[in-house]
Amino acid sequence: MTDKKPLSFQQIILKLHEYWGERGCSILQPYDLEMGAGTFHPATTLRALGPDPWNAAFAQPCRRPTDGRYGENPNRLQHYYQYQVVLKPSPPDIQQLYLDSLTAIGIDPMLHDIRFVEDDWESPTLGAWGLGWEVWCDGMEVTQFTYFQQMGGFDCKPVAGELTYGLERLAMYIQGVDSVYDLDYNGNGVSYGDIFLENEKQMSEWNFEVADTDTLFEAFKMATKECEQCLEKKLPLPAYEQAIKASHVFNLLQARGVISVQERASYMGQVRDLAKGSCEAYMAKNGWDA
Amino acid sequence: MTDFLLELLSEEIPARMQAKARADLERLFVAQMDEAGLKAGEITVYSTPRRLALIAKDLPEQTEAVSEESKGPPEAAPDQAVDGFCRKNGVTRDQLEVRDVKGRPTYFAVINKPGQDTKEVLAAAIPAIIKAFPWPKSMRWGEASLSTESLRWVRPLSGIVAILGDDLVACEIDGVTSGFETVGHRFHHDGMITIGNGGDYAEKLRACHVLVDHEERQNIVRDGAAKAASDAGLKLVEDEGLVVENAGLTEWPVPLLGSFDPAFLDVPEEVIQLTARVNQKYFVVHDKSGNLAPNFVCTANIDATDGGKAIVAGNEKVLAARLADAKFFWELDQKTSLEDQAEKLSNIVFHEKLGTVADKVERVAKLAEWLVSLEGNGFYQSSPGDTLHGEVSEAARLCKADLVTEMVGEFPDLQGLMGGYYAEKQGKSQAVANAVRDHYKPVGQGDDVPTDPVTVAVSLADKLDTLVGFFAIDEKPTGSKDPFALRRAVLGIIRLVATNDLQLPLMKTLNTAFQDIWPAFQKASGEQVILIEGQFSDGERYCSQQFELLDFFADRLKVQQREAGVRHDLIDAVFALGGEDDLVRLLARVKALQAFVETGDGENLLAGYKRASNILKKDDRDKQPVTPAKAGAQSEKNSTGLDSGLRRNDEYEPEPAEKALIDALDAAQPKVTAAIEAEEFEKAMTALAALRGPIDAFFEDVTVNDDDPAKRDARLALLNRFRTAVHQVADFSKIEG
Repeated sequence: MTDKKPLSFQQIILKLHEYWGERGCSILQPYDLEMGAGTFHPATTLRALGPDPWNAAFAQPCRRPTDGRYGENPNRLQHYYQYQVVLKPSPPDIQQLYLDSLTAIGIDPMLHDIRFVEDDWESPTLGAWGLGWEVWCDGMEVTQFTYFQQMGGFDCKPVAGELTYGLERLAMYIQGVDSVYDLDYNGNGVSYGDIFLENEKQMSEWNFEVADTDTLFEAFKMATKECEQCLEKKLPLPAYEQAIKASHVFNLLQARGVISVQERASYMGQVRDLAKGSCEAYMAKNGWDA
Repeated sequence: MTDFLLELLSEEIPARMQAKARADLERLFVAQMDEAGLKAGEITVYSTPRRLALIAKDLPEQTEAVSEESKGPPEAAPDQAVDGFCRKNGVTRDQLEVRDVKGRPTYFAVINKPGQDTKEVLAAAIPAIIKAFPWPKSMRWGEASLSTESLRWVRPLSGIVAILGDDLVACEIDGVTSGFETVGHRFHHDGMITIGNGGDYAEKLRACHVLVDHEERQNIVRDGAAKAASDAGLKLVEDEGLVVENAGLTEWPVPLLGSFDPAFLDVPEEVIQLTARVNQKYFVVHDKSGNLAPNFVCTANIDATDGGKAIVAGNEKVLAARLADAKFFWELDQKTSLEDQAEKLSNIVFHEKLGTVADKVERVAKLAEWLVSLEGNGFYQSSPGDTLHGEVSEAARLCKADLVTEMVGEFPDLQGLMGGYYAEKQGKSQAVANAVRDHYKPVGQGDDVPTDPVTVAVSLADKLDTLVGFFAIDEKPTGSKDPFALRRAVLGIIRLVATNDLQLPLMKTLNTAFQDIWPAFQKASGEQVILIEGQFSDGERYCSQQFELLDFFADRLKVQQREAGVRHDLIDAVFALGGEDDLVRLLARVKALQAFVETGDGENLLAGYKRASNILKKDDRDKQPVTPAKAGAQSEKNSTGLDSGLRRNDEYEPEPAEKALIDALDAAQPKVTAAIEAEEFEKAMTALAALRGPIDAFFEDVTVNDDDPAKRDARLALLNRFRTAVHQVADFSKIEG
């Protein structure tokens, strides 16, 4: 990098907050529900719908139970952070804005090879798709860059640009460390491992071995039922929360290995129906036509 | 004459789409110019990740002036008609000319269209080209996307440079206006570049670190990667696909050599190569002795300030992490035997109506065992307990086991190959390992066709099961849709059979495969059993599928033979006989026929045949059944003729030419029959050739339509007998010429 000491994990987040805050984004705090990706955050999913401009940035903890490795793999975690930026409508200089944000966190584009490599995005669960790239820095994917075309089965009018930075990867890159647990978290002696290693161990064990599957199946049913009730009462926001919950419970059931291949499609279909139903209700509540 | 430059600036265009985009740009441009009657000289198209460019040389400055005439009503016509004519042509009455048409004075309107400025034509053509551009996937963006009608492009379109000579071609589409300015390299050059004309375009970009000519970039990637390797005493593993892809990802390509930990070389070469190529777009390299070296070549898009050290270090780290995953999978997979892996296949649905992959594997194993135990002119004639039988049985049961390994989960392209490696590691015989590895073959046109008996049996059984299964559940290919690659499966079977000279009784084989599919189908469809039984119970559907499958084979065989240069009418002629389900024999017959019809004897015999057919057709005698000679099996005596009664005609003395034909047929027919039974098709053709002289003489000397009905009947019967004799070899009515 440079002669300067590289940014700590928390400094990277703070820098990004500062950078995007100065460019008109509302800096949100993480959503207080377990979710598999920042895209699930209502500030992305629901706000991508409808005509109103929307610019927001936030760090979102993501949970992917099946990616847990009991703290033994230097790259894989069942709980990690994404930094999300949503810009709607997508500004004409969005690529340059993004590249400048990389410079802001210490990546020199004349020293490192930054590339936009085709990568289209599709989320059957959200009835959503978009075109864009994975952004490479010296061959490593550091960001997912997407122009949303559809969300919840609705055309995005206008289109939002979504930037998803993989924070741990970026930080490992910037700090030049080989294990996520060795990341300098606060620039003052605390490592990422000090904070999260034990969490990875215990949560992996719970995700894979302990979580009570009867309870989870019941939780899935309850979330489904509650979502449907909210949809009947025309309350899209609480309905969508239940969809997020159902999705996470489904992920846990997957990690417990109790969902067969055949059932998998059916569960995903149910989650999709909840998410799409919430999007529909959100559109209707705001009086927007498809 | 002037040159025209068009540049469409865009956010990064996927590398894989650029070649077609260049062709599309040229095609659309030429179409627009043709419509306006403009002809350009040389046209050059370029692409980089951020731009598509076209330079058209020597465009005329104007379109040609045209004069169009339109004939109107006679001068004497009512005013109403004349006024209407004027309105239609946009002229006034005093502009009309009067000319003489067949003695009648008639109005003519002459409309002179002056030439149009090429610049104007281009200004309209550019937006039309952009709107019509057929990207495989396109998107909307920005404020304009408030409407779904907004412009679509592969990624946001950010600029247009359009210069004719030195002049701007002013145009606009969806808020993007044309100008002289474009951008240089994303990181090497700040700010805009002003282009003067088509002549200085490429050089101005080059000065700003953009090589707009994709071929130049491809050369740099190709040669630079080779040089980076050879400078280190290594040899690049050439990969033209990677050359094109890397050139499509860069505007200023810089190949750089990196290395990885030699400990990773334990992992099979294919895995390392795939990881490097697919995930990272790196070239791999060989050492002097041709083994994979612990090095790679990546292609950067900048001349880095440190000469590329940081870039190489970064890429090395990424590859190391990828290879660490691959090595982990490689080692982990070896901890579980293929037998244990195979058990997990019962969790994978092959198709909801055809059961799990485990079900399929069991069917394939049974079918493969049956194939190698076929008797008669069949296969390899193994029996339970011998080595071949044992190896086929084992290989078939393990052939799909690698689908549940971690490695194939990560790299689906490695299916088969990994199974082969794991089988070797597990100490299976080479024949079994080969069969596991190669049983998907042949995949494409140029792919090797297996010849090892174990592999052949498993490969055939796998394809037959797929084919029969999907036909049984009515998932047949239609038009261009063939989601289960059944055409490829049939082609694979044909090539396996032909290459290995297998005498495979097709009908019997399909029957056997169907018998295994049926219960699986019922079991897998669960509650649908009753419905399905309804379809199956009378055996109708079961039967009809088999015949459809035979037709499907015939169609594929025709396609394959046509591609191999065999005349399709000859294939039809042999197929029309029906009753032959041995592909090798069928092809031998087609081949002999092709050789025969190209000789003088063949041509003449065909002519005689056509003449005989026409006469018979007039008399409606061509509806009589024809029984082809069956190859490879003893036929019953006299089964080839409907002749005996008709031949004996003692009511009159046959004319000499008539007698000669009868004798010739008497002599030829048994020879043809015997030759075909012995599968000596060339001999059969030679025997037929003996009929050529007599049939020619017969038509020369004998009147078929004799007044005496007895003679007429006898002669028609004789022609029919001739026709029947020829049909023993092929249905000549299908042959063209």
